[in-house]
Amino acid sequence: MLHQIGLHSAEDLFASIPKELRLTRALDTPAALSEIELLAGFERMAANNAASQRASFLGAGAYSHYIPTIVDHIISRSEFFTAYTPYQPEISQGTLQVIFEFQTLVCQLTGMDVANASMYDGSTALAEAVLMAERVTKRSKVVACGAIHPEYLEVVNTYVQHAGIELQHVAFKPSSGQVPASIAHLDDKTAALVVQSPNFFGCIEDVAALAEQAHNAGALLIVAVTEAMSLGLLKSPGAAGADIVVAEGQSFGVPLSYGGPYVGLFATRDKYARQIPGRLVGEAYDKQGRRGFVLTLATREQHIRREKATSNICTNEGLIALAATVYMETMGRRGLRDVAIQCAQKASYTSRRIAEIEGFSLPFSAPTFNEFVVLGPGNAAELLSRLAAERDINGGLALSRYFPDRPNDFLVCVTEINSRAEIDALLDGLADIAHSSA
Amino acid sequence: MANVPENLHYSKDHEWVRVEGDIAVVGITDYAQNSLGDVVYVELPKVGEEFAANESFGSVESVKAVSEVFSPVSGTVAEVNEVLNDEPEKVNGDSYGEGWMIKVRMSNSGEVDSLLTAAEYEDFTKAETE
Amino acid sequence: MRSTDITKVTSHISHNEALIFERSQTGRIGYRLPPLDVDETAIDEIVPKKFQRDDDLEGLPEVSEVDVIRHFTRMSTWNYSIDLGMYPLGSCTMKYNSRLNEKVARIPGFANLHPLADEKEAQGALQIIYELQHHLAEITGLPGVSLQPAAGAHGEMTGVMIIRAYIDARDGEGASANRRTMLIPDSAHGTNPASAHLSGFSVKTIRSTAEGLTDLAHLREICSHGDVAGLMLTNPNTLGLFERNIQEICQIVHDAGGLVYMDGANMNALVGVARPGDMGVDVIHLNLHKTFSTPHGGGGPGCGPCCSTAELEPFLPVPRIVKSESDVSPGGGATFRVDFNYPQSIGRVKAFFGNYGMMLRALAYIQTHGNDGLREATEAAVLNSRYIAHELASDYEKPFDAPSMHEVVFTDKRQSRKGVHTLDIAKRLIDYGFHPMTIYFPLIVQGAMLIEPTESVGHQELDQFVAAMRAIAREAVDDPELVLNAPHSTRIGRLDEAAAARKPVLRWKPKQAASAG
Repeated sequence: MLHQIGLHSAEDLFASIPKELRLTRALDTPAALSEIELLAGFERMAANNAASQRASFLGAGAYSHYIPTIVDHIISRSEFFTAYTPYQPEISQGTLQVIFEFQTLVCQLTGMDVANASMYDGSTALAEAVLMAERVTKRSKVVACGAIHPEYLEVVNTYVQHAGIELQHVAFKPSSGQVPASIAHLDDKTAALVVQSPNFFGCIEDVAALAEQAHNAGALLIVAVTEAMSLGLLKSPGAAGADIVVAEGQSFGVPLSYGGPYVGLFATRDKYARQIPGRLVGEAYDKQGRRGFVLTLATREQHIRREKATSNICTNEGLIALAATVYMETMGRRGLRDVAIQCAQKASYTSRRIAEIEGFSLPFSAPTFNEFVVLGPGNAAELLSRLAAERDINGGLALSRYFPDRPNDFLVCVTEINSRAEIDALLDGLADIAHSSA
Repeated sequence: MANVPENLHYSKDHEWVRVEGDIAVVGITDYAQNSLGDVVYVELPKVGEEFAANESFGSVESVKAVSEVFSPVSGTVAEVNEVLNDEPEKVNGDSYGEGWMIKVRMSNSGEVDSLLTAAEYEDFTKAETE
Repeated sequence: MRSTDITKVTSHISHNEALIFERSQTGRIGYRLPPLDVDETAIDEIVPKKFQRDDDLEGLPEVSEVDVIRHFTRMSTWNYSIDLGMYPLGSCTMKYNSRLNEKVARIPGFANLHPLADEKEAQGALQIIYELQHHLAEITGLPGVSLQPAAGAHGEMTGVMIIRAYIDARDGEGASANRRTMLIPDSAHGTNPASAHLSGFSVKTIRSTAEGLTDLAHLREICSHGDVAGLMLTNPNTLGLFERNIQEICQIVHDAGGLVYMDGANMNALVGVARPGDMGVDVIHLNLHKTFSTPHGGGGPGCGPCCSTAELEPFLPVPRIVKSESDVSPGGGATFRVDFNYPQSIGRVKAFFGNYGMMLRALAYIQTHGNDGLREATEAAVLNSRYIAHELASDYEKPFDAPSMHEVVFTDKRQSRKGVHTLDIAKRLIDYGFHPMTIYFPLIVQGAMLIEPTESVGHQELDQFVAAMRAIAREAVDDPELVLNAPHSTRIGRLDEAAAARKPVLRWKPKQAASAG
């Protein structure tokens, strides 16, 4: 082929790169490995992740749920996983119809009118929601209230630091763990009130009451959900009056995978459809009247509106959105509720029993879904570390990672995959270790 | 060749103006709608908003492009064409009639005189296509 | 249609498939959970009634497992994909996705690892991040690496925010306020200006020369204004041309007090051959889902690492993954740590560590190829593009003479005389069994067709592609209607996108609700 196009050597292909810029040595990266060697290497490193191999009660934004076998089977089909953004609708109807179903399912679960084809994850979806609220209201203050996932807040801070948005924080009530009943910060400059429910401590917020307060000030209510499974049981944010709902969709059939790739859900009201970030798929017909689906309202996006676009997002989380779609459809109307109820029942059992152990209590009074905070008798990080070493259980997250003033608190998450035996082993372990160090 | 009615005034941004007393009716030209393609959305201002001459008052979107539209004259918006909310395609079908966009109560009716005549606009578009 | 010209495909049965909601039947289920094994409490005592859903999840589908399998399998057959053949979507680098990488990402020790696990118990996972950072630093010649950004545009935003933070620190808040202009060539991806805007910059556009390269005179002129914070440059640029004046470009921007950000979307032309760090670039993002073969997945996920000079390293997102020489782990090896202590950092751009699963796949790609294989892949990618440039030049207008790198741009100039435009050529290519090239991008080329074959295509299929393109050029002359009405072989024809955008239907609704409003 080289000769056919009039060249003599591979080096000639790069003649337009100035000679002094061309590498004259091999890259200092490893030599090629065979499949056997490569897998052995990765297996060795995987074996160094002790935390992946035991019963776990870690949640805090990433959840262990049952994943039906067919999810991975379907997303592994070449036609889905080796396609790209459906720019050519005639040969991309598979991806397009999946996204249309995904958008519908997200709307149904969140109680909203319109959802996009996905964001990177829950945290960046929240940041985009804050930017959208500023665009919609042309106001510049955003009030983030209560226990919002600390990493989500960090991401929002990064995104808004140059956007002329003032971010204010309202602390949670130490007694209930919830947002205070009345938010004094709301005024006619407020673009949005941001709340997470269930919040970072697992506490369910009174979203309807917050919606009323936000709307009275002419602001939007943004609701963030990190545990999407809660939508199977809890009142949808849309029904409670939210204007924008963002969620982390990882709970729907997506492995933990050390934090990603996950999928951000983003939904809003019809009237804001032209302000939504990211891609949208809509129904369309051909000349013969056959139904199909196309990317639509593209003028919002960066490839057309450039610096005036609603977001810079291009690549989204298509394959993970597919996994979530397969999950939601497989579990369906009944399964999503069944799983949510099992989570709530198991977490409720666990929290009741922990509170019965001497030295342990539940510091917050609010109702919870599948996560709750426990106040232990001593340093929580040390307690959890001993629990891992001595009982082979990940007992939860020491809150000191994010809240240094809460050294003895830890966050416990229980889902449908935690068996009674695991839960009872956790209870025994906590009691014994606390007792032995007392 | 694009349709350029005689009795209107034109801007270099491809808007037309029809004077009705102290009111200027504003829309985009046949040439403009043709280069945009199928119009799918028209964003218009609210009645009462004020614009200076050559200030953007809204935008017109096709499937794959968005263009700002500029008010050729200064004044206050007296009426907007609500029909375009539901039927933006009127901009394509009848750009000088039912596809009008806003009516502006002019604050300086002399500005109209500095706009292009039909003949001048026709020359201008010819030069632009070449 | 002259079927003799079409060697790659023949017709195939295609099943119709309704929306899942239209298939739903009350009472069907596709899952089974174990019975609840803890003492049950009334649900209203756990969650007060007013916080519970009262819509019984109405409208969500009720289907069996086999319903779901058939539903998705049928829909999948309506997609073109890399595994079916060449997917020459310019600027997207649609290369083969190795199944070995998929296997690696599914190893339970990674797939089941929680991102908030104690770092001592996630050493293997952190080692992967560290090693990939190390390799990407070598490949780009830029030592500071953050794998946190989730996609190319996210990496761009991160890179531009780093430039902003650096200038703020260097000049002080007051002086840096006068340096808020980001320069972007007119050929750039739309994500560039959108990312610059997110970082509080106003955008000025740099013209391209008739040769398709950055206009140095225009760059010098704008740089003389004193307000330039930086330049966002894609290299090779979106026309597939290497910016051969890159050192001078960097010098001009640096002399003007600005920094150079390189959009690494086109790194598939450079890996193992030349390094942005050696060219004078300060910060770059990579697309692991392009250059390093992680799957595109119908629109993602991606991973958009940011690589920077040592000078910019303090500004990279936190946390950073570092190797601690002093703290030796019980096994004797070095310990990898999650380090939050970078006070000048722009902050966090994503929860946890980024799209970790894509990092595993990219590291597997680097290891399978080896250093010589990485260079060979680059050579093959450029050779394939150059071959197409050579073979199609007699049938299609090639607007730039300079030799193409990994992708080449043609236009519809000759065909449009017969009323056949780029869109029509693209649609007709579908009938020949190929995914079309990128069309109408870059915006500065009228009727652009941007073709990027990648290294994952052999001589034979390249020739089939060339033959298809030549046949379409002939058809455009002999039988333009055939091309104008293409595609003829797909399960649906061209869709009315204008009608779809005028009255958008963005979700399914039950019949009654849909007709009511």
